[in-house]
Order: sequence, then structure tokens, then C-alpha cells
Amino acid sequence: MKVFAVILVSLLMLNVAFAAESKTLKKIKDSGVITMGVRESSGALSYTLGNNKYVGYHVEICEKVLATIQKNLGLKKLEIKYVPVTSQNRMPLIQNGTIDIECGSTTNNIARAKDVSFAVTTFVEEIRIAVKASSGITDIAGLNKKTIATTTGTTTVQTLRKNKKATGLEFKELYGKDHSDAFLLLESGRADAFIMDGTILAGNIARAKNPADFKIVGDVLSVEPIAIMLPKDDAEFKKAVDEPIKAMMKSGEIAKLWDKWFLKPIPPTNTKVNMPANENTKAAWATPNEKPMEEYTVKN
Amino acid sequence: MLDILKSFEIFLQDTGGGETYLQWLLQAWGWTLAVSFAAWIVAIIVGVTVGVLRTLPNRYIAFIGNTWTEIFRNIPLLVQIFIWYHVVPSLFLSLKDLPSFALVFVGLGLFTSARIAEQVKAGIESLSKGQLQASLALGLTRTQAYRFVLLPQAFRIIVPPLTSESMSIIKNSSVAYAVSISELTMFAMQAGEETAKNIQMFLATTILYAVSALAVNEISKLIERRMQFKTSRVGAK
Repeated sequence: MKVFAVILVSLLMLNVAFAAESKTLKKIKDSGVITMGVRESSGALSYTLGNNKYVGYHVEICEKVLATIQKNLGLKKLEIKYVPVTSQNRMPLIQNGTIDIECGSTTNNIARAKDVSFAVTTFVEEIRIAVKASSGITDIAGLNKKTIATTTGTTTVQTLRKNKKATGLEFKELYGKDHSDAFLLLESGRADAFIMDGTILAGNIARAKNPADFKIVGDVLSVEPIAIMLPKDDAEFKKAVDEPIKAMMKSGEIAKLWDKWFLKPIPPTNTKVNMPANENTKAAWATPNEKPMEEYTVKN
Repeated sequence: MLDILKSFEIFLQDTGGGETYLQWLLQAWGWTLAVSFAAWIVAIIVGVTVGVLRTLPNRYIAFIGNTWTEIFRNIPLLVQIFIWYHVVPSLFLSLKDLPSFALVFVGLGLFTSARIAEQVKAGIESLSKGQLQASLALGLTRTQAYRFVLLPQAFRIIVPPLTSESMSIIKNSSVAYAVSISELTMFAMQAGEETAKNIQMFLATTILYAVSALAVNEISKLIERRMQFKTSRVGAK
């Protein structure tokens, strides 16, 4: 029993000794490798060009952050390993340490913040309504008794459900298995509207056969702060990531990155997403914060 | 351990639409069972018919049966569902108003019918030729020979593969999520995203899939036992 107590105490002390130093930073320093979680197709935020090459607004921000961390740690070389993640596995992979940082399109909300940590918000997404230009629908009230498409596995479904309950509108929901499938529901006329993140709507419309057939209408239904996801309880690592991001926000570099990915032609097809940064995003750049989704309110 | 159990409390949380995740899970289970059962009925009716057609002496009828089987067996299920959902209604506009539930159970049913047809054909062909010849010699019509002599024997032989087909149908019904049926797979993906508790959601749906498939297995065992001949096995060549 006494031996057991001694082991327990020494283990606890060991724990304290480790907690004093950032676990993630130590791992990076010791191995010279960092594993970055990326997405296969999260609009211009994070996507693949094939051949295990990943690019996008958030990927580039992360790469710049990691360059700063490398400099601060005094590492000659820092190898970045890219691991594609999905919305289903990204949280478990951060929690079990498979990936050290996730640069995708993850919404910062209270439910997630219980298990993971978020860097300062780099982008505020707006949930919007896309309709056919010929439909005559101009706002959410116009969707009464209509069919609405959205994508399975997104928080938009929940937003829609709450909106339905709050506004008393009657509508039928259709769920696409991914964004392009949900857009197809709108395109083929099975649905009258596609409700989704503004960037995703803009991206799908830009890639449509005839972009002029579609338009984004009505008020913003909800806003979601999107941020780089980090392991929980590693304040030092979070600081090491936040500092360079805040510096980029202050110097205006982040706005330039936005222009690069959202206003100029991007690979692989060299098309433009054509989405200027919205007011909420600009506000997040002006005063860096990590407010979860629940603290944002929509002005209607 | 207690933490793990506690994490399942998420199922009692409200989804934001006035019901708990548990209620939603059970509804999703209902959709899975409904799609599977309806598809199974279609699969059995069409499968047995096509299977019998393939054993008839008329070469043209057999050819139609064979073509049917090869088409439905060799196109991936998800592709078939998309063809029913997106392509067919754009050719036949009247199909556009058909609920996606109907589309998916017919699609899944026809896919499975090809596999059942194959088994029915194999079952009938495994019987000695003498069975058909003797029936016809006794003055039965071909229809009567199939109805009273061949099919009852063939069915006994193919109960085990039919069981695994019936279990597959429950698992395959997960493609229904692709056409907007809120069944178990869709529930797992959607609720996992909303609650940030993917593992709990997928675990619960896995258990329900397993329970459903095992129940089918048990029912089949019961049928198998009921259908057994009391004496020696019949049907082997």
C-alpha cells in the first residue's frame, strides 16, 4: 500500500512537471515534426490539389504560424505532415494527439470547447439562402411551404430546425449527402432553396454551369466563428499559435491572405470564389477573440 | 467508466426541435427498418419471379432474366440509388413527385432482387432434373410443378443465403441517407456533428444495426427449423 502511494505521488509529480511545459511544443521540439489536420474540400479555407498537397486560407495561415513557432523554438527544420480529416473524426484526432493542429473549417462552439481548444477566430461564416434567380424568393418568409436543401453533417441543419420552431414557417427539408449533392437538389428543382455557409454557396454557384441562374438572397440566418482547432489545456501552445495570428491581423497580412484565396483566381481551376470579407470577419480581425458561436447574435 | 456512461446523457438533450436525441435515434431506427422491410418485400417478389424465369426452357425469357440479374448486380448500389433519384425523374417528369422513400426502397429492393434471383435459380437447378420430369409425367402443368414440387424444395435449400441477403438489406439501407431519408446513418452523421459526440452516436447506431440484423438471423433460424423435413434431407443430387 505504501509502495502504491509512493508511485502515485511520484506519478502526480511527474504530471505536474510535464504540465509546466507545453506538451505539444515539447513534442514538436523533440521530433522536429508537426502533424497538421487538413480538409479535402472545405471551400477555399482548406482543400486538396491532389497528390497529398493541401492549400487554402487556413492552411496558409497555419503554415505561417508554424514558421514562427519553428523560429521561436530554434529548430533548423520543421517537417509538416498533412493528415486529411473529416468532420466526423477531426475532434477525436485532436484529442488523442494524432494531429497537433487542425486547419480546416471548424466552428468554435461551446459543445466543442469542452473537448478541444480554439485559436482566435480567423473567419466568421454567415449562413445564407441560395435560390434560383427565377424563383422570385427574396427572403426567409418566401420559403413558407417550400422545400429546402441543406447538407447532412453540418450545423446548418440545426440552425434550420431552430428557425423553423421560432418563425413558425412550414417547410420540407431535404438533405444532400455532401455540398455538391445538396446544390444538385437546388439545380435539379427538387429543392427551392439551399441553405448553407455563404462561402460554400458562393463556391458552388461559381462552379455551376450557369452561375447567373442562382443568387444569394435574404438576411444572414446565423453566424459561426470558424477557427483553427488546437488540443485542449495547452495554454502555451495556444499562445504560440495566437501570437503570430494576431500579428498578421494587426499588420493587415491576414486581409491580404483573404484577398488571395477569396477574391483572386485560385488553383486548381483558376476560378474566383469572389467573396469579400464580411463585417463580422473584419470585426474579428480588428479585435482578436475566441468567442464561441453562442455569443454571436444575428441582427435581423 | 462513470465518465463514459455519463457522456451518453447527451441522448437526453433536446435537439432544438422539441425532441431528445434518443427520440430522434429511435425514429431513425424506424426509418431504417421501414426502408429495409419494404425493400425486402420488393426483393423477394421480384427476385423469385426473375429467378424462376431464368430456369424456364424458353431462351428469350431466360435471357431477359439473366440480363436483369447482371444489370442490377453489377452496378454499385449507391450509383443505382442516384440514378433512381436524379436521372430517372429528369427523363420521366411524373416521377419527380414520388417520395424519396418509395424511390429508395424500390431501388434497394431491385438491387437485392438480382441477388435473390441468382439464389433462387441456383436452388432450383440444384434439384435433380427428375423432379421436374416426374412432375410433368404425372400430368402436372409446369406452373403446378414449380408451385408444388420445385419451389418448396428449392426454398428449403436457399434459406441460409436468403438470411444473409436479408441481413445485408438492413446494412445496405444506409444508402437511403444519400437521398434524404433520416435513417440511422444520417442520424449518426448529423447528431455527431451537432453534439460533438461522434463516438457515442456511432456506437448507438452500430448497436441498433447489429440488433436488427441479429433479429433477422434469429427469425430465419426459426423458419429454417420449421421448414426442415423430419426425415432425411431432400434435394441433393
